[in-house]
Amino acid sequence: MGEARSEVEEKRGKLEAPLKEGWRKLPHALLIFEPATSLYYYTGDWRTFKPVRDRSKCIACLLCWVYCPEGCIYIASDGGIDVDLNYCKGCGICAKECPLGAITMVEEEK
Amino acid sequence: MGKRIAVEDSHAAALAAKMANVDVIAAYPITPQTHIVEELSRMVSDGEFDAEYINVESEHSAISACIGASAVGARCFTATAGQGLALMHEILFIAAGNRFPIVMAVANRCLSPNINIWGDQSDVMSSRDCGWIQIFAENAQEIFDLLLSAFKISEDDRVLLPVAVNFDGFYATHVVERMDLPEEEEVRRFLPPHRTAKYKLDPDRPLTFGAIGFPTIQFELRRQWEEALCNSKQVIKEVWQEFGRVFGRHYDVLEPYRMEDAEIAFILMGGSCGTCRVAVDRLRERGFKAGMIKLRLFRPFPKEEILEATSKLKTLITVDKHICLGGLGGPLFNDLRALFYGFQRQINVAGFIAGVGGRDVRVKDFEQMFEKVVKGEVSPEKHIFIVRGES
Ligand code: SF4
Ligand code: SF4
Repeated sequence: MGEARSEVEEKRGKLEAPLKEGWRKLPHALLIFEPATSLYYYTGDWRTFKPVRDRSKCIACLLCWVYCPEGCIYIASDGGIDVDLNYCKGCGICAKECPLGAITMVEEEK
Repeated sequence: MGKRIAVEDSHAAALAAKMANVDVIAAYPITPQTHIVEELSRMVSDGEFDAEYINVESEHSAISACIGASAVGARCFTATAGQGLALMHEILFIAAGNRFPIVMAVANRCLSPNINIWGDQSDVMSSRDCGWIQIFAENAQEIFDLLLSAFKISEDDRVLLPVAVNFDGFYATHVVERMDLPEEEEVRRFLPPHRTAKYKLDPDRPLTFGAIGFPTIQFELRRQWEEALCNSKQVIKEVWQEFGRVFGRHYDVLEPYRMEDAEIAFILMGGSCGTCRVAVDRLRERGFKAGMIKLRLFRPFPKEEILEATSKLKTLITVDKHICLGGLGGPLFNDLRALFYGFQRQINVAGFIAGVGGRDVRVKDFEQMFEKVVKGEVSPEKHIFIVRGES
């Protein structure tokens, strides 16, 4: 999923460059003229617990996909779900909402 | 040439929105709302002009709907008063900080408690720091003219800020006055019939308004907003000069009255200026060198113009219709004290609070304020309340 971290960081650097030159050079009202720049911000870095799916329990109902506030759950090649950990904040909503208890939140070691 | 009409002040505001050919009006019709939106909804439903009238579920939604409409390039208008303005509070910042040109008429009314919908300035002063351009009108003609020019100011690419035109709840909104209504083509010469939005939501050219502002950038964004608001003064003056050329009625950020040789002068905003002029005339007849400054532009605060207008004064009497509760008196008093202190000007500022909750401010009240100053009964550390009982 997505681009390499270095590529994303480069794009983010380019987007943020004008912000470093003081308030007079700031774009008007900090409008963003490029779409989907939130992809440059790895909200996954905020995470403490990550969701882990038990493939044997998952029936691919996609309720977790509906509820994920980050939109980082996607449909995996086996028809079930997978999580883009670059953006998963670890909020645990998917685990709470899964009717089959197929998702467990597991503490990550960094 | 236009025509001379008799009009309720609320309807003068509605006429201004109509003649500005607004695309969207979003408003909530319950008390303390005035006849402004009632008249506009009638005009739209009678087909007098083509606008989208959105009857929203609260003032919070009214201003939010205006933001949405403004974001896609529409010219929009709303009106509110008192509690309604308070309910908008959160969104007022967003409208201004994201630089949406929106024009709003505010009939200034007292905030509860107790239940009181009469005129004072507690509503507008409680939203003083929301980053809007704040203009005060005295009568029907000014309400119409200043609202019309507000669209031009607000939509100017150098400004792109919302403008609130304030006037007295009840004293202005519910009276009928004489007014010159211009011709449609005169208005068009001054204000183009549609907005050309420099920044707007367009699927072909993606754009994000109001994304996250991390602590690393939010301060700079505020600084830019403050600069834009302060710089808008020049554009406001230009637009009013152009207004004068087209319509023959001239406006400036403040209006001096009998100030040439005045030693003691009042400064205030809104409808009470008319009463104060009569008081100044009477004081002059009694031999006092009295004057008055009507402040038309409150935000951005016209510092230089006030300093110039007061350069020969001994004492300036501020008349506020709001108490900065627990603070140092009224908002005008605070601003002027700070202004003169900052510029090391030796001028007394005597702070009076009057007309709270719709209490009449009579000619004799102004005379009494003046007399207190003359008799030296006003100490610099105390503001005076024009209330029953001890001040
Ligand atoms: S909610 Fe549970 S069962 Fe449904 S798709 Fe997600 S993980 Fe699978
Ligand atoms: S933990 Fe939260 S952010 Fe992560 S996938 Fe589940 S719902 Fe989405």
